Amino acid sequence: MLYREAGDFKTTYTDDNQTFPIKADRVGYYVIMAVAFGVIPFLINDYWASAVLLPFLIYGIAAIGLNILVGYTGQLSLGTGGFMAVGAYATYKLMTAFPDLNMFFVVILAGLITAVVGVLFGLPSLRIKGFYLAVATLAAQFFLVWLFNRVPWFYNYSASGQISAPERTIFGQAVTGAESLPAVAYLFCLVFLVGSAWLARNLTRGSTGRKWMAIRDMDIAAEIIGVDPLRAKLTAFAVSSFFVGISGALFFSVYLGAVEVGEVFGINKSFLVLFMIIIGGLGSIFGSFAGAAFLVLLPVFLKNVLVGTMGWPTDLAAHLEFMIVGALIITFLIVEPHGLAQLWRVTKEKLRLWPFPH
Amino acid sequence: MKMKFVLATAAALMAAAPAMAELTFTSLSYRTGPYAANGIPFADGYADYFTLLNERDGGISGEKIDLVECETGYNTEKGVECYESTKGSGALVYQPLSTGITYQLIPKATADSIPVHSMGYGRTSAKNGKVFHNIFNYPTNYWDGASLAITHLADLNDGSLEGKKIALVYHNSAYGKEPIRTLEELGKKHGYELTLLPVDHPGQEQKSQWLQIRREKPDYVIMWGWGVMNPVAIQEAVNIRFPMENFIGVWWSASENDVRPAGAAANGYKAVTFHNFGMDYPLFEDLNKYVVEAGKAAGAGDQIGTALYDRGMYAAMLAAEAAKTAQEMHGTKTLTPAQMRDGMENLEITEAKMAALGLPGFGPEFKVSCENHGGNGFGAVAQWDAAKDEWNLITDYFQSDQEVIAPLIEEDSAAFAAENNITPGCN
Repeated sequence: MLYREAGDFKTTYTDDNQTFPIKADRVGYYVIMAVAFGVIPFLINDYWASAVLLPFLIYGIAAIGLNILVGYTGQLSLGTGGFMAVGAYATYKLMTAFPDLNMFFVVILAGLITAVVGVLFGLPSLRIKGFYLAVATLAAQFFLVWLFNRVPWFYNYSASGQISAPERTIFGQAVTGAESLPAVAYLFCLVFLVGSAWLARNLTRGSTGRKWMAIRDMDIAAEIIGVDPLRAKLTAFAVSSFFVGISGALFFSVYLGAVEVGEVFGINKSFLVLFMIIIGGLGSIFGSFAGAAFLVLLPVFLKNVLVGTMGWPTDLAAHLEFMIVGALIITFLIVEPHGLAQLWRVTKEKLRLWPFPH
Repeated sequence: MKMKFVLATAAALMAAAPAMAELTFTSLSYRTGPYAANGIPFADGYADYFTLLNERDGGISGEKIDLVECETGYNTEKGVECYESTKGSGALVYQPLSTGITYQLIPKATADSIPVHSMGYGRTSAKNGKVFHNIFNYPTNYWDGASLAITHLADLNDGSLEGKKIALVYHNSAYGKEPIRTLEELGKKHGYELTLLPVDHPGQEQKSQWLQIRREKPDYVIMWGWGVMNPVAIQEAVNIRFPMENFIGVWWSASENDVRPAGAAANGYKAVTFHNFGMDYPLFEDLNKYVVEAGKAAGAGDQIGTALYDRGMYAAMLAAEAAKTAQEMHGTKTLTPAQMRDGMENLEITEAKMAALGLPGFGPEFKVSCENHGGNGFGAVAQWDAAKDEWNLITDYFQSDQEVIAPLIEEDSAAFAAENNITPGCN
């Protein structure tokens, strides 16, 4: 009734190829954009920014990045935490080496540096596949964390080995450091998230993305029809690491402000982002958002309900939170192994036919 | 899906708005995760002391205390969430019991004008109150701890450590790296050789480190461990038959949980501390009467009198005393975080005060001032008696080597001031 394509005529190829071919989707997209850019910045406070929205936006970027590698190209990676650390440390080095550089460019440069590192660690993917590649990227994870812990140059020889983000501004507004306004930090991350999603969406439906998917579906067949596996795999590693690097940069500079590599960018982070895309849906941009939202917002929500509303002891709530999130993950994966994105797709299919399914 | 969560979270937040008009203290505790064994007794002690004040005295100067607990799991991201979610409730002081979270909170709390008290942890150079206006780490800090351990070892060797080999086994994090600089500087002065042995989070795997100790045979081992790392290290030391009296931990490596698993073999293990242990104090009678027997003890109530419980209680006691000082200074019963900060900066702990509170001789005397947020660096060495199952102080309170530490603090805080455009000074 409400959600249908009847009467939505397309007269050009461009119309036909657009990201949201159905009008209701398009309207929904613009509404979300308007709310995200025009309404939330005026309502946001410190709590919403630091506890809910910033982690969601930043994990969203990381999930998009990993989804390109795992979901679109089929190269299983457990090195996300390590690559985020590269982004974070690159940001730190750039921020301290060039204090006057615009924060926006710092983040982009950090992403590019991570892309280079990602390509280096992606080289073994040309020879090893599947679970074996996961082990190779696991090595990257441990090596990178060890490196940032071991070599004092990366943390400017500080006594504690921590890196902390000095205050940097963009258009005269502080984005990093304690004085930054929540709205500014939020908008800064939102711009990167929207940019990443836009870039990822357009890459994945163009020839690059089709090559990635060909490699994912069957690499030998892809090679026979003329896809260069070297290029396809390495571009996937580069683009994926670029996004993951940006998320690491934002995670350190905007969200946390001070980071200890072993704790923040450990193997747990790699698993967390991997779970996000598995729960959200492999090979789907929307899935990246859904997965990030699920794993970032649900624990916070549960904590607020159990401790805040129901007044339970904090340890009981924390344990229950693990159990509830775990049970929900299993339930979702049993109900829909292809993730929340597939659930959403099926819902849309049904909505288009509703209320006359036959 | 997303909208639903957002709306529901919003609803949950509305419902969670706390009652005002009380003295709000927060406890960023961790009762879950790999560090829970240490987090639980500290959180219990912290909570029980405030419960005692509420039950016995009706709060601080008649103003009830509202203790808000938030679970961090020793995780910095959750710590940030806890800070943001509790700071709006008028929290007077934060004690995160995590060096990582303290580093997060230093800039945030400074911007929000809320004091942070990192008692015996956190950033050591926060001692310099001219730079760190809102951060306090009295009565003792990590560098004092390192120096106290070295002084003790020097005393055992008639004042000279020339040619000795000392190994530092440390948690490979901001926390564990803190003493390195000081130990290196002290090494130049005393002429010992320092070996660094990092142990990665969470610390169950230490075979290679202890193999190296067995091979290199250092004369002494100093440990900066936390959580599960401590009992593992002590067990490994027992396994290689390292003499326990030559093994010294910092105060965070000195709880019953750390030494008990090794049983009788852990006898003689030493630790630096800044307060006494046990429950032979008049305060515990009140605690028993008003809190334990009334069924109001925090957690399972089985931690009372353990080392970390005592430390949590001590932290709460210092916070309560600072609140009293603030109330007297400002002539008001209800406090703002800024007034609490003033109270902390003018806190003075004397033996008479501690005796009046029912804790005679529990900790060193000290006085906080704008120039000195970290106390005078007094501490003592405790030794574990496995047969009696208790910690005993084997020295009096003695002072750390201020000659070495003071310039280091000056240097580190000056670097922080330069990085963050802070003009040092007392206002």
